Amino acid sequence: MKDTEATLDRSELEGASPGGRSPTAMALRRLFRSHTAVAGLAITGVLVVTGLLAPWIAPHEYWRISREAVMQAPGAIPGHALGTDELGRDVLSRLVYGAQISLLLGVGATGVAVVLGVIVGAVSGYFGGWLDSLLQRVTDTFMAMPTMLVAISVTAIMERPTLASLFLIMGFLSWTTVSRVVRGQVLSLRENDYAVAARSLGAGDGRILFRHLLPNCMGPIVVLATLLVAGMILFEAGLSFLGLGVQPPYPSWGRMLLDAKPYMEESPWLMVYPGAAIVLTVLGLNFFGDGLRDAFDPRMKV
Amino acid sequence: MSGNATGTGPLLEVEGLHVHFPVHGGILRHVVGWVKAVDGVSFAVRPGETLGLVGESGSGKTTVGRAIINLLRPTVPGVRLSGAIRFASEGGVVDVNGLDRAAMHPVRAEISMVFQDPYSSLNPRMTVEQIVGGPLRIHARLTKAEIRERVLALLDRVGLQPQYASRYPHEFSGGQRQRIGIARALATRPKLVVADEPVSALDVSVRSQVINLMQELQEEFGLTYLFVAHDLSVVHHISDRIAVMYLGSLCEIGTAAQVYGDPVHPYAKALLSAVPQPDPHRRRSDRIRLQGDIPTPLRKPSGCGFRTRCPLAKPSCAEKVPELRDVGGGRLVACPEV
Repeated sequence: MKDTEATLDRSELEGASPGGRSPTAMALRRLFRSHTAVAGLAITGVLVVTGLLAPWIAPHEYWRISREAVMQAPGAIPGHALGTDELGRDVLSRLVYGAQISLLLGVGATGVAVVLGVIVGAVSGYFGGWLDSLLQRVTDTFMAMPTMLVAISVTAIMERPTLASLFLIMGFLSWTTVSRVVRGQVLSLRENDYAVAARSLGAGDGRILFRHLLPNCMGPIVVLATLLVAGMILFEAGLSFLGLGVQPPYPSWGRMLLDAKPYMEESPWLMVYPGAAIVLTVLGLNFFGDGLRDAFDPRMKV
Repeated sequence: MSGNATGTGPLLEVEGLHVHFPVHGGILRHVVGWVKAVDGVSFAVRPGETLGLVGESGSGKTTVGRAIINLLRPTVPGVRLSGAIRFASEGGVVDVNGLDRAAMHPVRAEISMVFQDPYSSLNPRMTVEQIVGGPLRIHARLTKAEIRERVLALLDRVGLQPQYASRYPHEFSGGQRQRIGIARALATRPKLVVADEPVSALDVSVRSQVINLMQELQEEFGLTYLFVAHDLSVVHHISDRIAVMYLGSLCEIGTAAQVYGDPVHPYAKALLSAVPQPDPHRRRSDRIRLQGDIPTPLRKPSGCGFRTRCPLAKPSCAEKVPELRDVGGGRLVACPEV
C-alpha cells in the first residue's frame, strides 16, 4: 500500500493528472485506494442508510410490545430474526432504530463540537494576543474536565434529557480537540505567503480567515469530525448504559445493553447484537477517519 | 528631496525608515532586545523606473518591501516603525507609514506585490481565476462576468492559456505559478509593484522569461518596480538604478551602470566581485573575499555596520554611522573613506 501511495504522489508532481482537479478531489482519489478506508466507508454507509431509512427497514415498530413473544431466541419464531427482548419487542427493529439514534446524536453532537471548536480555534489562532491566551485557558479548563462525569451530573440533574439537550451537552464537552487543531493550522497558515498576499491586496480579516485559511484546514477538520462521530456514539452508548442518555422508549444501543444486563445468562443475544452494532459502527468510522487522514495528508502517515 | 505628487516628483519616497522587531525572552516573555532589521533607510523611486534593492540574507531588503505595503504593523505585534514612506497615490501623496487600515485600503489597489515563493504564495484551494480575480473582488465593483473577462485578459497577457483559469496552482510549474502571481499583482492596475525576489525560487532557464515578461509589462502598463533581489546579475538586467543594502542600511545607490560597473562602497565592491563570471578567460583575479558573516541585527556594530568586515575600516568608523553623500553623478555612498 505504501508503494501505491508513493507512485501516486510522483505522478501528481509530474502533473500527470488532467486539468481542474482540486486538492479535495485528489484526496478522495487516494481515499478510495485504501482498503480499510473503503471498508470503513461501507460500514458507515450501512449505518447512515439504516438510520435514514429505519421506518422502512425495521420489520416492526421499536415500541411494539408483545406478551406472546417475550425473550424469544433469534429465529425461534417467524418475524423476529434476531429474537425479542424481555417485553417482547423485536430486537432487529430496535437495532435499526438504534442506528438512527446513534447517527442523530453522533452527527448532532459532532456538529456542535466542530462549530464551537472551529470558531474558538480560528479566532484564537488568527487574532492571537490576549484573546488567544484567554481562549486557550478556557480550552484548557474544558480539557481538564472529566467529560463523562460532567455529562453524568448534568443529565442526572435534568432527569429526562431530550435528544437536543443530549447532543448539546456532548458537543459542548468535546470541542477542545477541534479547537486546538484548528488553532494550530490557522497559526501556521496565516504566515503563509498567500495569506500575506491577501492581506497586502486589502482583504479583510473575515475574508482571509474564511476564504483563505479555513478551506485549507478542512482536511484535518473532516478527519477529526469523522473520528468524533465515533467518539460521540460511544459517549452516548455509555451515558445510555448508565440510564442517563436516551430515555425509553427510544431504542438506543447503550440503553439496550442496560436493559439486557439482567438477562445476560439466559438471553445473551440481547447484549451481543447491540454490543456488536456499537463495536462495528465505531470501528467503521475509525477506519474511515484514518483513511481520510491518510488521504488528506499523505505525508502525515503514521 | 521633497514629497511632490505632480510633475516629475518621485512615486515613492522612503525617508529615514526604521523597522525594529521586538525580541521576547525570559519566563515573562518580555522584550529583551530589538532586531534592527531596517535602520535608517532613505531612497526614492521615480515613476516608470525600476529600483533594484540588493543585499544578502538578513540585510532587511524584504522588510523594506513589506513596510511599503504596510504589512508589518498588523502582522507583527509590537513592531516599531518610524520614518516616512510617501507614496504619490491617486488621491495625493500619502505617508503609508501613518495610515490606518481603512485609509490604507484604497492605496492597496495601487501598490501590489509579487512574492518570492510561487508555491506558498498561491492558495492551493483556489482556482487560478479566483486567485487572479481576488484583488478585483476586493477593490473593483465588477460583475462576475466582468471579473472573468479581466482575469482571462490578464492570463493572456502573462502568457497563460485561458483554459488554465479553472485549474489549481499545484497543476503548474514554478514559472507558470509566478506568472499567475504577476497576473494577480497587476489585476488592479497598480502603479507600483514591489517584487520580492520574484525569480529567486525559479530555475535559471525560466528566470529570464519571467524577467522579460516583467519588463514588457512595465512598458505596457507604465509600472514602477521596486525589485528586491540578492542576485546581482538579475538586478543588473532589469534595474535602472540599484540600491545596495547591508545590515539594515543603504551602502550605495546609483544608476545600474554606476553601481554595477564601478562600485564605490567597499561592500558593494565585494558583493559585485562575487558575481560569477562564466567566461574563464575573463575571470577576475582581484576578487574580494569578505571574512566572517554578516553580524546579527540584534547586536549591530557601533558606527558603520560594515566595519567588522571592511578592508578599509579605521577606528573612526566605530564612532559615527556614515550618512549617504553624493560622490558625483547622482550616486550616493555611505562611506567617508572613498
